[in-house]
Parts: sequence; structure tokens; C-alpha cells
Amino acid sequence: MAEERRELTCINCPLGCLLTVTISNGEVVAVEGNTCKRGEVYGRKEVTNPTRIVTTTVPVDGSATERMVSVKTASDIPKPLIFDVMAALADVRVKAPVAVGDVVLANVCGTGVDIVATKEA
Amino acid sequence: MEQRDIVIVGGGPAGLAAAISAFEQGTTNICVLERDVQLGGILNQCIHNGFGLHTFKEELTGPEYALRYVKRAQELGIECRMGTMVLDVSPDRVVTAVNERQGVFSIQAGSVVLAMGCRERPRGALNIPGFRPAGVYTAGTAQRLVNIEGQMPGREVVILGSGDIGLIMARRMTLEGAHVACVAELMPYSGGLKRNIVQCLDDYGIPLLLSHTVTRVEGKRRVEAVWVAQVDESLRPIPGTERRYPCDTLLLSVGLLPENELSRGAGVELSPITRGPVVDEHLQTSVAGVFACGNVLHVHDLVDYVSQEAAAAGASAARYVQGSDDAREADKDVARIPVVAQDGVRYTVPSSISPDLMDDKLTVRFRVGNVYKDRFVSVYLGEERVSHRKKRVLAPGEMEEVVLKRADLCSRPGIDRIVVKLEEE
Repeated sequence: MAEERRELTCINCPLGCLLTVTISNGEVVAVEGNTCKRGEVYGRKEVTNPTRIVTTTVPVDGSATERMVSVKTASDIPKPLIFDVMAALADVRVKAPVAVGDVVLANVCGTGVDIVATKEA
Repeated sequence: MEQRDIVIVGGGPAGLAAAISAFEQGTTNICVLERDVQLGGILNQCIHNGFGLHTFKEELTGPEYALRYVKRAQELGIECRMGTMVLDVSPDRVVTAVNERQGVFSIQAGSVVLAMGCRERPRGALNIPGFRPAGVYTAGTAQRLVNIEGQMPGREVVILGSGDIGLIMARRMTLEGAHVACVAELMPYSGGLKRNIVQCLDDYGIPLLLSHTVTRVEGKRRVEAVWVAQVDESLRPIPGTERRYPCDTLLLSVGLLPENELSRGAGVELSPITRGPVVDEHLQTSVAGVFACGNVLHVHDLVDYVSQEAAAAGASAARYVQGSDDAREADKDVARIPVVAQDGVRYTVPSSISPDLMDDKLTVRFRVGNVYKDRFVSVYLGEERVSHRKKRVLAPGEMEEVVLKRADLCSRPGIDRIVVKLEEE
């Protein structure tokens, strides 16, 4: 099988390095263009198992200041599951008080990743 | 009249970082004036991640990033007056503000840090023909509605402008069940960060139409459709390329404007390019004792850089009030070398530097005016090139920086200018 080269933009930080990932026989053999280790990890992962952090909001009851609490997946989840995660959160409400890092929904969609609050309420 | 060593106008990321830095430099009689009921500024509605990689070496959401600074300010006992709108800053640093508790009041400040941030360019600045129906929002307004109020502005969306907030909102609206038909960008390149195009548009199959603009908004009471056309090299719509997109919502992400009404009132000289104050190596404006940082100075794309810049401004404000009157007078007369932006570099912050007063290292930030590939960012001290760094891509949406060393400037007495420019080789 021939070598395949894929051009990617690293999304780890706003530098947005242009990566060239070389794939040979389904294996990543080289990542070039990255300026840090995270870029190499991203390049390898993006062509084999792309993942994303999902951020959204859920309604909060009983807070003096907030109607919504912002939340995120505590770590990245597989990209194809983004909309499943949103669906799992559709009916979730939380009660004040909420602290940053509080688990809003454990093990979302069986990923082993928790949804945690990112704002106080 | 109430006296304060430092008054900081704005309690967003810039104001908080400036306050903390000034306090840590030993000037503790500080007051932060914030018009919102909470601190943190626009970060509170920026619920996406990607903040803090430089500052904290981890990836935070906007509210988390803000909270770290709010907590630190609270730990230090820095007074922050919320719900307080500053009405005027005078050239001799009397800050007049209003709130429910005190009414209108004035504070004599030893120094002032301007940290008011920026606002979005509104529809009125765009000359889009059509009625004025409901359903046209700036991207930031939509962001506030969705993330703070929990309200969806619409279901079928067209976005004009590819600034970062527009890109972020394309993803956010999609996640919340809306359909984003396209993002139309007038210029042949995006004004947003590449990573946002990848993870907010490409991930969701949202087309980015470069060199396109909205030519008509249809609908009398509510937006019913918008017309999008391709534009030619002089940015004029090309007849026959118009396409109608039925929709109920048009979001605008067409630029941010530093909010400098107060600066103007104080007599601060503004740059026609950044629309922010002209500042020296200490981020001091043309009015002695008045400093500026964050998006009121020039629009940033990274809050981490706002925090760094604001910390420098806060330290400068502290240094100013700690110095003697004689020292301040002497500073006024010190020789300054202009920093000249050339050949693709649109502006620099700061725009003048005193080698005698600068720190050992000074970060000069700038933006370029077009998309450039494989160019060198060069710094000349007088005629001599002292730095030459290759960049694969430079784009107007991404702020760049060079670091100047005091030793380099001091070892070259008599240089009349510092030039930052792009070179092909």
C-alpha cells in the first residue's frame, strides 16, 4: 500500500500548527510541522481515533445569579459521540450550589468520562 | 474626594490581571470598577475550552479561566465595585462613576488602568439592504443568549463574518440543534483562528464561503431569508452569483472595536489602525499615569496574552505611583525610539520604546494585513537586522510577537527607529 500524506491543522492551542501526517499501511509513520509534543499526539490520534472536548450548558435551579451552568467533558471523547453526549445532557438539570469540577453526569455515554461543571452557581 | 493609588476601569481578564499584578508589586490601595454584576467579563459566556494553555499549562473553559483570577483577586482582598459604570476619566486622573449604592461619585487616582475591552461591530456599520426584522444578532449577543440566558435565538442560521465568535457560535448553535447553512466571509481569508475553522466548521460540515457577503435580508417582522453573493477583488458583489438561504436568524461576526469613549474623554491619543490608545514600552498612553491593556488597547485572539499584557500594565501603574514626582518628570523627557510597522505588518504594540526604561526583555505584539506563506518576521534596529524568524503562515486573524532585548538596544546608541517587517528571505 502506498504512503498517504494528510495535512491537518492542530487544534490543541491557538497556534494552529500545520501538520503533515504520513500514513503507511494504516500506520502513522511520521508527524511533521508540529512545534510541541501535543501536536504529534494530536496528529497521530486525529487520523486514527479523533477526539474532542465537548462544552455546553445545563439549567440550574435555585441559584441566585445563574440560570445556566456551563459544563464540559472532563477529558476528550470520541468525535462520533459528540451528538450522543449532547442528547444525554438534553434533560439534565442541576441544583445550586454548584462548584467548578462537580460531576453533573457520570460516565457519559459509557465513555468513562464525566461531565463536570465549569462555573459556580 | 476618595483617593486611590490605582483605579482600574473594567473587571474582565485584563482588569483583574492588572489589579493582581499591581498588588503583587506592592501597591495595594487599588479599586476595580466593573459595570456588570459579576467579574470575569466576556469570559463568562465563552464556555468553550482552549483558554489558559500558556498561563496555566492546561486547557480551561472561559468561566474556569476567569474564576482563577477572580479567586486570586479575592484572596488578596482587592476591592472590586460591581454594577458600577465609569462615566468619565479626566486628564488629571479623576475617575467619575455611578452605581446604585453611591450614586455618582469621583475617585482621585494616582494612576489609571484602562481595561474596558471591546465591542462588536453592529449591523448598522455594514449597510446591508433590507428591512430591520427580528432575528439579526451579533454573534456575541447570540452567545450570551444561549450560554447565559439559556435561550436559542433561532433554528435556521446564516453567519456573516468568520471572526472567532462567529465560528464558535456556528458550532454552539449546531450542538443545540440549529442548522447553520453557511458562514459567509467578505475577505478571501478568515478573520478567525485556524483551529476554530477546523473544530467549529469542518467538524460539522458547515461551509465557509470566502469572498462572499450578504446582499439582502428578507422578511419584515422576522428574518425569512438572506441572500449571499460572491464578491470580486474590490469586494463588490458579482451579479448572478446570488443565492437565497431561507433562515430565521442572521448572526454577525464582522469585527471587534476597542471601546475607547473614556480614553478619548481623558485626552488619550488613539491609533487609527488599532483604534486603541498609542502606548509606550510601559503600556502608558499619551496621558501620563494612564495605562491600557487587553482588548481596549488592541483586539487579541488569546486571553493568555491579554493576561500577560495586563500584568505588565498593572506593574507599570504600580511603578508609576511608587516613583517620585521628579522621577515621573524625568520619564516624560526620556528619549523614545519609534517602532515602525512595515511591509505587511499593520501595527505594533507598543509603538515607541525607551531603551533606558524598558525591562530586560520586551514583547512587541503585532498583526499582519494579509495572509502570507513562508515569510520571515524581521526586526531592524536602525539599519541592522537583529532578528529573522521564518513563519510558515501568517494571517490577519492571528496575533504575532517579537521579543526585543534591552541589551541589544543599549549597545546601539543613536538608532532612530525599530522596524518590524515581513521579508521573503
